[in-house]
Amino acid sequence: MTGYILKRLVSAIPVLLGISVIVFLIMAMIPGDPATAILGSYATPENVEKLNRDLGLDQGLVPRYFIWLGHMVQGDFGRSFALNRPVLDEVLDRFGATLILAGTSFVLCSLLGVAAGVVSAARQYGWADKAITFVVLVGISIPSFFLGMMMILIFAVQLRWFPVSGMWPIYGDRTLWVLLDHLFMPALALAVVATGVIARLARSAMLEVLRQDFIRTARAKGVREGRVIWRHALRAAMVSIIPVLGIQAGFVLSGAVYIEMVFQWPGVGRMLVDAILKRDILLVQGGVVFIAACYVMFNIMVDVAQAMLDPRIKT
Amino acid sequence: MRGFLTLLARNRLALVGLIVIGCVALLALITPLLPLANPNVIDTPNRFQPPFSAGAVLGTDHLGRDLLSRLLWGTRLSLAMGLAAAMIAATIGSAIGIIAGYYGGRTDNVIMRGVDMLMGFPYILLALAIVAALGPGLMNALIAVAAVNVPFFARNIRGITVGIAHKEFVDAARLSGMRNRDIILSEVLPNVLPVIVIAMSTTVGWMILETAGLSFLGLGSQPPQADLGSMLGEARSALITHPHTSIVPGAMILVIVMGINLLGDGVRDALDPRLKSGALSRPMPATTVDRHGPVPTARTDSLLDIVGLRTEFRVRDRVYKAVGGVDLHVEQGECLGIIGESGSGKSVTALSVMGLVASPPGVITGGAVHFDGTDLIGAPYEVLRALRGRRVAYIFQDPLATLHPLYKVGDQLIEAIQTHDPLSKEAARIRAIDLLKSVRIPNAESRIDSYPYEMSGGMRQRVGIAMALANDPDVIIADEPTTALDVTVQAQILSVLSDLRRERGLAIIFITHDFGVVGQLCDRVAVMYAGQIVEEGPTEAVLRNPHHPYTSRLIDCVPTLGGGQRKLAAIPGLPPVVDRLPVGCAFAERCDKADPTCRADAIALMPTGAGRKTRCLFPETKQERIV
Repeated sequence: MTGYILKRLVSAIPVLLGISVIVFLIMAMIPGDPATAILGSYATPENVEKLNRDLGLDQGLVPRYFIWLGHMVQGDFGRSFALNRPVLDEVLDRFGATLILAGTSFVLCSLLGVAAGVVSAARQYGWADKAITFVVLVGISIPSFFLGMMMILIFAVQLRWFPVSGMWPIYGDRTLWVLLDHLFMPALALAVVATGVIARLARSAMLEVLRQDFIRTARAKGVREGRVIWRHALRAAMVSIIPVLGIQAGFVLSGAVYIEMVFQWPGVGRMLVDAILKRDILLVQGGVVFIAACYVMFNIMVDVAQAMLDPRIKT
Repeated sequence: MRGFLTLLARNRLALVGLIVIGCVALLALITPLLPLANPNVIDTPNRFQPPFSAGAVLGTDHLGRDLLSRLLWGTRLSLAMGLAAAMIAATIGSAIGIIAGYYGGRTDNVIMRGVDMLMGFPYILLALAIVAALGPGLMNALIAVAAVNVPFFARNIRGITVGIAHKEFVDAARLSGMRNRDIILSEVLPNVLPVIVIAMSTTVGWMILETAGLSFLGLGSQPPQADLGSMLGEARSALITHPHTSIVPGAMILVIVMGINLLGDGVRDALDPRLKSGALSRPMPATTVDRHGPVPTARTDSLLDIVGLRTEFRVRDRVYKAVGGVDLHVEQGECLGIIGESGSGKSVTALSVMGLVASPPGVITGGAVHFDGTDLIGAPYEVLRALRGRRVAYIFQDPLATLHPLYKVGDQLIEAIQTHDPLSKEAARIRAIDLLKSVRIPNAESRIDSYPYEMSGGMRQRVGIAMALANDPDVIIADEPTTALDVTVQAQILSVLSDLRRERGLAIIFITHDFGVVGQLCDRVAVMYAGQIVEEGPTEAVLRNPHHPYTSRLIDCVPTLGGGQRKLAAIPGLPPVVDRLPVGCAFAERCDKADPTCRADAIALMPTGAGRKTRCLFPETKQERIV
């Protein structure tokens, strides 16, 4: 298994390089002089000249890429001129909040989605199936930012069950309970769409598996129906569900942008939007590369989980 | 196409989606013609008017602009943006996909690597990066959304194109000297176009959501122009004080996207042929029983007594009578063979005993299965489950498909044991090893930790037998257990079964289409044809002197080793389809002795002495056989 993990890690290198190339090429689309664009209102002649020297902006595309890559490999993602601090520091400061939000959301959507899909399949055409199918349809159709706003309106303003926004109260202790209280609504709002997608897939994967011969064998053995569904069928269905969990993880991670805006969550997503509006190019670039790289790493974890689940995958 | 449309219309939800989308699209189209207030006229004194106030049906926003007017204009813009993004993405993506798929080789490789790379990127992040580079604005948001969806189209269309690029008509076009560009335009494109349109119709919903999302973040449409997303974004600061300004545009997005999704699901269902046949329904824990009339009582005190069993498959408006009134019984320690061609109903009979016929579509409509004083048909699920594997166990045909692929064989054996016996895991494991030894698996101690895919077919079937033996059942029903195995392995499996029967006094019902196997193992044999038993009796007597013409023909089909040059007599014709069974003898069409009386009425299974029965008006005689 260790060998397999190492192999997957090594195979991530070209993907990471590819991501850096894509981001670099997108940023190279910026119209006009890059140094002026990066510095914005800080573009004094001295600053422009310094930046051109540091980033090789006066050189061709290829040397510029390698200079940028070289800096990044050493952990230097450049400097945000609007915030006047290193990009990586800012991203790392913010990333914790995003990770808590997206991580919770991911756990929520995986558990809820798989459970809903399994129940739906096991009770095919029953009322539970119909109810779940309807809720899932609404779930995948509602924009997460609108859902978040409605949740604030109902559960925070009307019912006062949860705080309106933010990650921590302005005053008071920062305990786990307080965090969960603030986390619940944004994490749920972020999870809804992914839950719907996972539930749909889990339902069809389960229906596919339940028709297989080995399910009949389990039933012929006298195994209880609950165990047939949740052990025999789900285990086999997970083989096709897990890759979708990986895709949805990316969706949750990047979809956090909207939720962070709605709930004033101090994460990377909000930072990115602010940076785009302030034209803080290096901060955007660094943030995007960082999140994309995290996503690649997460996908490796998904592959490893898949290999542990399915003995037929050669490790 | 017409079938597709009726199927779509039959799907009521898809129809609702179509109507909703149609209405919204129509409203958006005629918006400029409607007597609406100017959506951009600011009237600050009248800001935040609630809905249904004078002059503003939906109220006004934070600058006093008429919300209804802004909603309709915003809908128009959002729909246009979504559609435009979908068209751009579809055009560019399909072009890339067709080129990659058509040229193949290195071109394909390079392009698809790039596409995979882009798809590995969380797409909202990619859209943000593009907007960051180009700057916020409506057109840039449109470009970003279109760009992130290009890989989706490229990959799908490439897949379709690869299939088409190797079809005969494309080869023919190439040979006739057409240029690649012309082949793509005249041969390939028309064939992938429907797929492109369907992919577009299912993605336009996302694109509307994505452009609305960018606008919501302030990165899309810029004031005063507003799409639904930016309306929502602007209303956010007044969410708590004046929620209607948020609810109005948000609900509209929800309605549009839901309509599109409903329609898209309908289209997908209509196109998926598996859904048409209803094949995607999952079998329930026990076969449905729909039994009318009196329940037949047990005829004998046999261990297992099947009386008048009827099982059918209800697929849409067709009824396939797979088992049409079967009487069978098996005694302690006896081996009963059931023989017949595929589709004769022998497996369905066997699976009906424990309610294992897949249901839907299977339904047991009559008869009884008396086992140890209980009628199993219609017995509560829990009663049935407690007997399954404990007293009546099954061995199935293909051991690779019937063992769970992801669990070790040992764990599957242990589960079989623990299901009916509250043993500790360790004790159950020891017993599992014993079971593996009893079916003569070498190195049982290490084999127990193998996965099914690591074993040979014969070994897997031994595991299947061991699993059936796990709880010392009274009856084993073996459903073609040796059919998937080669002859030497088959012989070994048969000898294992035969020994077990002697040692444990098991009753075995052995289903096969092979007379050789029956002769080796079975005391009695029942021959099935078109869901009925046509002949039954002691194996030797039936084999040596068959009474029913079908049995006799079936035996003639078996080649004998060293029997010299003998004409193999295949039976002419095909078995009848069981949804249109004839009134009289089902074999009459293929029988050379058939006579009008055979077709006139149902024929009973009549005793012919010496424990034999046959369902024939003109049974074969010995003389005929020798000739």
